[in-house]
Amino acid sequence: MEIVVAVKMVPDLVEELEVDADGRDLDRSTLKLRLSEWDEQAVEEALQLRDAHGARVTVIALEADEVDEALFTCLAKGADRAVKVTGAAAAGSSRAAASVLAQALRGQPHDLILTGVQAVDDRDGQVGIFLAEALGLPHVSVVSGVASAGERAVVAHQEYAGGIMAEFEVDLPCVLGVQAARAAPRYAPVSRVRQAMKTQKLESIAAAPPEARAGSTVTRLARPEAGGRAEILEGTPEEVAARLASILRDRGLVRA
Amino acid sequence: MSQDIAVVVEHLGGTLADVTFEMLGRGRELARAAGGRLIAIAVGDGLTGAPGALGAADAVVLCQDASLAHYAPESHQRALAAILGARAPRVTLVASTAMGMDLAAGLAAALDWPLVAYSRDVRLVDGRLVAVSQIYGGKLLAEAEVEGAHAIVSVLPGAAPADAGRVAGRPAVEEMPPPPTAPARVRFKRLIEPEAGDVDITRETVLVSVGRGIQSQDNLAIVEELAEALGGTVSASRPIVDQGWLPKTRQVGKSGMTVKPKLYLAVGISGAPEHLEGMRGADLIVAVNSDPNAPIFGVAHYGVVGDLFDVLPALTAKLKATP
Repeated sequence: MEIVVAVKMVPDLVEELEVDADGRDLDRSTLKLRLSEWDEQAVEEALQLRDAHGARVTVIALEADEVDEALFTCLAKGADRAVKVTGAAAAGSSRAAASVLAQALRGQPHDLILTGVQAVDDRDGQVGIFLAEALGLPHVSVVSGVASAGERAVVAHQEYAGGIMAEFEVDLPCVLGVQAARAAPRYAPVSRVRQAMKTQKLESIAAAPPEARAGSTVTRLARPEAGGRAEILEGTPEEVAARLASILRDRGLVRA
Repeated sequence: MSQDIAVVVEHLGGTLADVTFEMLGRGRELARAAGGRLIAIAVGDGLTGAPGALGAADAVVLCQDASLAHYAPESHQRALAAILGARAPRVTLVASTAMGMDLAAGLAAALDWPLVAYSRDVRLVDGRLVAVSQIYGGKLLAEAEVEGAHAIVSVLPGAAPADAGRVAGRPAVEEMPPPPTAPARVRFKRLIEPEAGDVDITRETVLVSVGRGIQSQDNLAIVEELAEALGGTVSASRPIVDQGWLPKTRQVGKSGMTVKPKLYLAVGISGAPEHLEGMRGADLIVAVNSDPNAPIFGVAHYGVVGDLFDVLPALTAKLKATP
């Protein structure tokens, strides 16, 4: 089975996000990028499936800052191939990105395509679903747990509220948006990533122009109303703890 | 083309989801601004009783068939695409949920309409559609103008009050035949109920909920000590459960449990929208987080900006001491 994992770089939310002077986009000069964490789940699920059933795992991403290191990290984790789609003009739109990816994947073998279920910046929708639609494939999102169901299908669990899940049998080829892998994503030590950089190669495909776009334009990017509603307790940890303890006692929330 | 507003009714086996009423309330405002009607569209089977609860809508379109009894992304999308394509509403609202995600983007692609996802707010201003999306883990809001005569907006649960849309009534009902059957590539097999765990966090009155800020499984001990001092139970955000540090039964949020305890003490939880969805209804929310911009402070009543490794042991000690 050919498993393709479509991954992307997104702003690292651990860092402070600054809005640019126009107030319509992030200040990208200071931005630190990382592989989308849902995509890390998708990569892990692909490797788990490969280990259990045998398959070839290809990771594919559109060109972006720091994407090489992210792709080499996927190779270090055990992916068989890593493909970079170069020259893509799809910034800011999942729909455009999916169109570019779809055109690249038409020339690549794919039975099962996995993506992270969503990303922190997919304002115009989720790449995986648009990718499926562009390729004419069925799709299921919010998936945790993928199992092989013979040569032609997989079984996927879709998570609903309250811990309820629906089980679907999905014909291959298909696209699944992975919420969580069956195990926490494996870690690739820096030494192994360096080794991958020395001994393995990224394949590259030139991007075709996107055939779809968001159809909407951001006019304002801003933090939610400052402070929200929380009353912030100030002071040393001791002082704050004393204040909180008395708030909780006053409300009868402390049993002792 | 019409100026109608459509709401895709979300339900599980005929039980209407709260977000359906939230969308109807929002849809009512949009219909007023557009000068059109509000149409609720329900796909499934055995939905004949549903219209009575959908009184906020001017009309209800039912598409019922045994093959649609259980939600599946492909079959429900096909049925909805036929209805929406024929009626061409100005705006279509779909829930930003596990069921709505495939539908919203799938319909947008099938109909070639723009999609704005994760919306907290949507309005028509002089005929122009403006939608505000909550992105970057809830840290930023992106207001966007949407092009074209039709658009799909996926609406975050909890973004609008449900009361405005929870109106009994007798809206006009139209039955639509299901689209011609095609071989289903996505086949519903069964619903899996959650396994009973050691505790039912939906019944606990005090939850101390832990997130990524705890950094390691070993550090959970300080959270457990605080929960014990409060006579409460430890729950968690998704990353903790995905790491395998706590069982799935302790997970609060979109794909976990929705909880309404008397006290929800969130430690090291930034407050992504998926988490807030599961706990914003708690009576008292206290948040401890090192990031002053963490979205959790937007829903908390009291906040502590600080290091949980300092604050938690101090609080546990204060609670154990006699006042």
